[in-house]
Amino acid sequence: MTCEESRRFLTGYVDGELDLVHSLEIEDHLRGCAPCTDMVKRDRTLHSAMSLNNLKFAAPESLRRNVEAAVANAFPEEARSTKPTVMEFPRRERSWQWAFAAAAMFLFAVLAWKLVPQRQPVFDSASDEFVSNHIRSLLPGHLADVESTDQHTVKPWFNGKLDFSPPVQNFEAQGFPLIAGRLEYVDHKPAAALVYQRRKHYITEFVTNARGEKDAAETHSSQQGYNVIAWTRDSLHFWVVSDVNLTDLEDFAHLLRNEAPSQPSKQ
Amino acid sequence: MNGSVQREQFTQLVMPHLDAAYNLARWLVRNPQDAEDLAQEAMLRAVRFFSGFRGGDPRSWLLTIVRHTCYSWLTRNRAAELAEAFDEEAHSATTSEASVNAAGSSQYYSSPEAQVIAQSEAGRLRRGLDSLPVVFREAVVLRELEGMSYKEIAEISGVSIGTVMSRIARGRERLREALGAPPPPLVVTEAPAKAAANKGPMP
Repeated sequence: MTCEESRRFLTGYVDGELDLVHSLEIEDHLRGCAPCTDMVKRDRTLHSAMSLNNLKFAAPESLRRNVEAAVANAFPEEARSTKPTVMEFPRRERSWQWAFAAAAMFLFAVLAWKLVPQRQPVFDSASDEFVSNHIRSLLPGHLADVESTDQHTVKPWFNGKLDFSPPVQNFEAQGFPLIAGRLEYVDHKPAAALVYQRRKHYITEFVTNARGEKDAAETHSSQQGYNVIAWTRDSLHFWVVSDVNLTDLEDFAHLLRNEAPSQPSKQ
Repeated sequence: MNGSVQREQFTQLVMPHLDAAYNLARWLVRNPQDAEDLAQEAMLRAVRFFSGFRGGDPRSWLLTIVRHTCYSWLTRNRAAELAEAFDEEAHSATTSEASVNAAGSSQYYSSPEAQVIAQSEAGRLRRGLDSLPVVFREAVVLRELEGMSYKEIAEISGVSIGTVMSRIARGRERLREALGAPPPPLVVTEAPAKAAANKGPMP
């Protein structure tokens, strides 16, 4: 990223409004660029100067009185008729019934869970879903999180969105540039989805919480022409899905696991 | 519709943002009397349209009405200023090109301008903000004074999130200029060896 490109995004970076990939790129650039780092400081300085000096104007009393009078006038007390349409909260006693029903269902679910024998390996049941999700994401406009520009980000971008912190690295030098990140809900859990590119192909890496589960070695499967590699490590499930050849995908999985690739992988 | 229920809802949801409504009007039209009139007009509209309010953030909803009311007034009373602001925005890309300096000199970014701004009194900041073209002023006020997200600002101002970002960037830059703090130079490709080494292998 050049200075000029970075300048265009610095403000968004300072305000925590960039998506994951742009945040990472900016941070990358800032490490080597004193003037841009200085711009960030300048924006932060200005921001704190503006919040230290309260610049907001408070409504004058006369305005408040006039508006209150107008409100009383516009919504007269006596006009009792039809039901209110704007946001009605559930009544108290109803909500107790619901709470009780929910608690009973929860108890039942917990009992059912305990009675079910050892769970199937999560990979087989879920990989179908991951493949579908990966394919869906390749439809135009779905690759990056549609809402990504709206996220209040800073790195780590997934903070506050997930109950775990997925490792995020850019393997551009190894020929797998990170191009997007988004939130997903797969295998009945919130998941981080990171999209990498391999030549003309895309690889989606899904990460979900695996708290309390043991590490598991890689398992491979193949569906509808897509390869899936899955493993569990450090209480996280990992799935990588792509239509690249299995060797490339294995190399990529090794990179993620910080292991040497099976063969030198250069583009 | 039940008047007392509606009144209570309006009082709970919308009235807390009366200050924000006046603040935005005050910054958009820059004088207390017109701001009070316009904020009042906007609040009356909000009362009238309240039955059409279907959830969402009441502050954004109210500020959208305030902004619309103020811009109608600006169009009637300050048409030239409004045209100038949009004109300037359209040309701001060219202006920022002009600030591409030859790189290397470090005197700018090690300058004590940070302290200059930090020590600015409210009066200077106010005058600086007042001097910005209205679209930049609006974006900076909503961001810095109201703490709104780009998405909320985009909805209120009826522009894209990208436009919001460039308006805020430009607004901050203009504000710093008004406070006497020039921007640091961009590092251009034919930079001296020192800057190039700093940049590393990035494209």
